[in-house]
Amino acid sequence: MKIAALLAVILAGGMLIYAGQDLPAFGDPNSPSYQHPITEYYINNSLTESGVENIVTAVLANYRGYDTLGETAVIFTAGMAVLLLLRRREI
Amino acid sequence: MNGIFEFIAAEFNYWIYVTLMMIGFYAMIAKKNLIKKVIGANIFQTAIFLFYISLAEVEGGTAPILMHGHDGAHAVHEVIYVNPLPHVLILTAIVVSVSTTAVALALIIKIYQVYGSIEEDVILAYRKQLAPEFSEHARQKQEGEQ
Amino acid sequence: MSRIQESVVIRTVVRIMVPFIEIFALYVIMHGSSGPGGGFQGGVIFGAGIILFAMIYGIKEGKQRMSDKLSRILSSTGLSIYAGTGLLCIVFGGMFLQYDVVGLLSLDPARVSAILIDVVEIGIGITVLVIMISLFFDISPPEEEELQFSEEEKQ
Repeated sequence: MKIAALLAVILAGGMLIYAGQDLPAFGDPNSPSYQHPITEYYINNSLTESGVENIVTAVLANYRGYDTLGETAVIFTAGMAVLLLLRRREI
Repeated sequence: MNGIFEFIAAEFNYWIYVTLMMIGFYAMIAKKNLIKKVIGANIFQTAIFLFYISLAEVEGGTAPILMHGHDGAHAVHEVIYVNPLPHVLILTAIVVSVSTTAVALALIIKIYQVYGSIEEDVILAYRKQLAPEFSEHARQKQEGEQ
Repeated sequence: MSRIQESVVIRTVVRIMVPFIEIFALYVIMHGSSGPGGGFQGGVIFGAGIILFAMIYGIKEGKQRMSDKLSRILSSTGLSIYAGTGLLCIVFGGMFLQYDVVGLLSLDPARVSAILIDVVEIGIGITVLVIMISLFFDISPPEEEELQFSEEEKQ
């Protein structure tokens, strides 16, 4: 059983390393994710459009506001789920 | 030999994340203890966080917080900022990770209260004894008869 | 209470440190727009402060600071602040969470957007801090009194 698990792990790791050879090098400015126009758009326009200096906050709360609302709902739901699972007596 | 060393050094972040991910993967599939499985899942998630954050890195880049931003449009353009989007994605992914871990631990507490154990084989054996018609063995036997 | 008490050093240090941790958490939440920080991070730091207090002084003392009822009210309040900000934008004629249409005090749209982002961060922070604390209290083992209570209930 453990041998089979180890074999599966080595196989999956080898595949990931083989696939990782095509990824850009660490800190490469010409990587596709940095060359994509949306990155430049966020860096240049987030201050004028949303008025905050922190680009991460601008993207989080303004451009991707729905995503963050869903995220807050997820953590709220997790809290309620744990409360319902482990409730010790009637509220 | 030198070429191999440079090849590893240029992409060391991928090596680290693959190693971490495989440690988590092994813990998830090989360990019988449910808590260890959850720990494995957490290590797996951490590997993915590191992978995304390392994709955001740019040579000579600084944190994506604009400098001298108070005078409106005149942001300093000479400064190189790292890619902000992976940071945002991972910030939300960490929250999901915390939530899933909490729910998983709560379920494990419930399982312990019912079965008295968090070892997978003990739970499966107990289930088999409790309700034989739902066990894996009985299902396979039934399929064989048909 | 048969619980073993922590040493005096730990108790004293925690009592001194917890207010500073919570001031720092509020700083992190409020500086989410102009520096490193934000609602998620600040909320987790604030929650960690109260969890630290509850770990050292016992769950019962911790629950006096953050009761179950208060945590249930506050966690939905934080989500409502966020969703309410989105609905405010609809009231002002924009789309859901389109901050720059809100014409408060005839300010510049970017300035209004920055203020509303701060409001949203506070909503996130309240939800995260309360949920972190309530997760800790839910998963922690029950107090002895509660155990006795539930046994009496069974009989």
